Amino acid sequence: MLELDHISFDVPEDTEKKSAGNREIIHDISMTIENGKFVVITGPNGGGKSTLAKLIAGIEKPTSGRILLDGEDITDMGITERAKRGIGYAFQQPVRFKGIEVIDLLRIASGDKKMTIDKACSYLSEVGLCAQNYVRREVNASLSGGELKRIEIATVLARGSQMSVFDEPEAGIDLWSFQNLIRVFEHLQNQNREGSILIISHQERILQIADEIVVLTAGRVSAHGPREEILPTLLGTASVASACDRLAEKEDAK
Amino acid sequence: MDEIQKRILKEVADLHGIPVGAYNFRVNGASEGRASTANIEITSKEDKSGINIRIKDGTKNESCHIPVVLSQSGLKETVYNDFFVGENCDVLIVAGCGIDNCGGQDSQHDGVHRFFVGKGSHVRYVEKHYGQGDGKGKRILNPVTEVHMDEDSSMEMEMVQIRGVDSTVRTTTAELGANARLVVRERLLTHGDQRAESSYVVTLNGEGSSTDVVSRSVARDNSYQKFDSRIVGNTTCTGHTECDAIMMDNAHILALPCLEANDLNASLIHEAAIGKIAGEQIIKLQTLGLTEQEAEEEIINGFLK
Repeated sequence: MLELDHISFDVPEDTEKKSAGNREIIHDISMTIENGKFVVITGPNGGGKSTLAKLIAGIEKPTSGRILLDGEDITDMGITERAKRGIGYAFQQPVRFKGIEVIDLLRIASGDKKMTIDKACSYLSEVGLCAQNYVRREVNASLSGGELKRIEIATVLARGSQMSVFDEPEAGIDLWSFQNLIRVFEHLQNQNREGSILIISHQERILQIADEIVVLTAGRVSAHGPREEILPTLLGTASVASACDRLAEKEDAK
Repeated sequence: MDEIQKRILKEVADLHGIPVGAYNFRVNGASEGRASTANIEITSKEDKSGINIRIKDGTKNESCHIPVVLSQSGLKETVYNDFFVGENCDVLIVAGCGIDNCGGQDSQHDGVHRFFVGKGSHVRYVEKHYGQGDGKGKRILNPVTEVHMDEDSSMEMEMVQIRGVDSTVRTTTAELGANARLVVRERLLTHGDQRAESSYVVTLNGEGSSTDVVSRSVARDNSYQKFDSRIVGNTTCTGHTECDAIMMDNAHILALPCLEANDLNASLIHEAAIGKIAGEQIIKLQTLGLTEQEAEEEIINGFLK
């Protein structure tokens, strides 16, 4: 169980002007994510969603408030310590590494230095990658955005974290890869999981498989409840984009 | 050979004992063991220190190991080794030098290697440098490599120097005949106050010849690296050279990829990138449970793999 207790996060208004005040990105957020839940955080761009994910992973530290994992205060812990205690985090823009292979990342993620190729392949298959073709590939610029995204998700799956955070898994990938990605999350949701999943997303198809939806607007929780209750209020707003809208945007852009 | 010498041998040539195939072990300035095979003949030079290695036409899937071990402080030597590779061969040559210097005097090995690669032959050449020992004397290696490639031949050179060598000046020159191909992969890690200079001049004389000279390096602490690579295209040919370096601490790196085209159909490319480890790479590995230091090691190990 993850608890956010009155979390706020400020950044300096303008780093060049020392006299300037602070801008609040997250304002007094409190929420609880129960074990086994599939929670989607949505809301307009600039509402503080990614920042909240980083605060949970320990990449940013809150200005005030506490973060608790299963009752233990993890607020002052670094990224590594939180990872060891069971927080997983998938980057919105996955990182590339020259020379490090997909299997190396999966081995590091699982903590099993001798992970077999077979086992590594099972994680890749889960994210819809033909494992044989990828397991020995370098995690470098030769991979497409969609491939990298799925490898990123595979590393989080391999970690088997108690609390897995995915920051906009749909960002930066083409529509075709997106369809596959949705299946990965549908599959995750259908599994018997002990761990919780927190996804930051605008996508209607992802919101549709959520147990709970949190709407974050201007750094505050403007709504939080079961999907059945929240989703109808969101359809047609900026918080949710259907796949058709995305397609239309793409067409317009051409 | 004693334990120290055996350990160095393992580091530079990946050998635990006597290798299969032809070999020559040079330990503290003298030959410690040698074997020729039916196809690979090793003989001592008469006029100076060093050996001639003659590989018969059509020799396939054979190997030749010529490691050098220096464990006596203050020893300085220059050795001349010539490789005459016949036509249509496919061979592996493993060289390499390891120095253990526990004393106060500098130890130095300068290996001058010349390769004459016959028509249609393929050579894979692996050269590792390794240094250990906590003496004040420096460990110095200055290899000179000269490569002559006949038409349709190919050569892969893997040059590795990870830690332990105080000073290196590596000089490599090559000239390629028609349709010959030379691939160089250099990997280097320097630390402390070490200095490593590496210069390449690859001349593409034969029509259809090609080369790819790539260095990946990591410079830590106060170390200094210079990578100076020049590709000269004198005909229809293709060449690529690249230096990709990670800097840490107070290191200095000078990268000088250089191209010279003397023919309208010479297609040459160079690239160079120097930078520190990206912060987000460390963060990603931290989210997978590694500490900052472990993350750095993984990134460097992967980069130099």
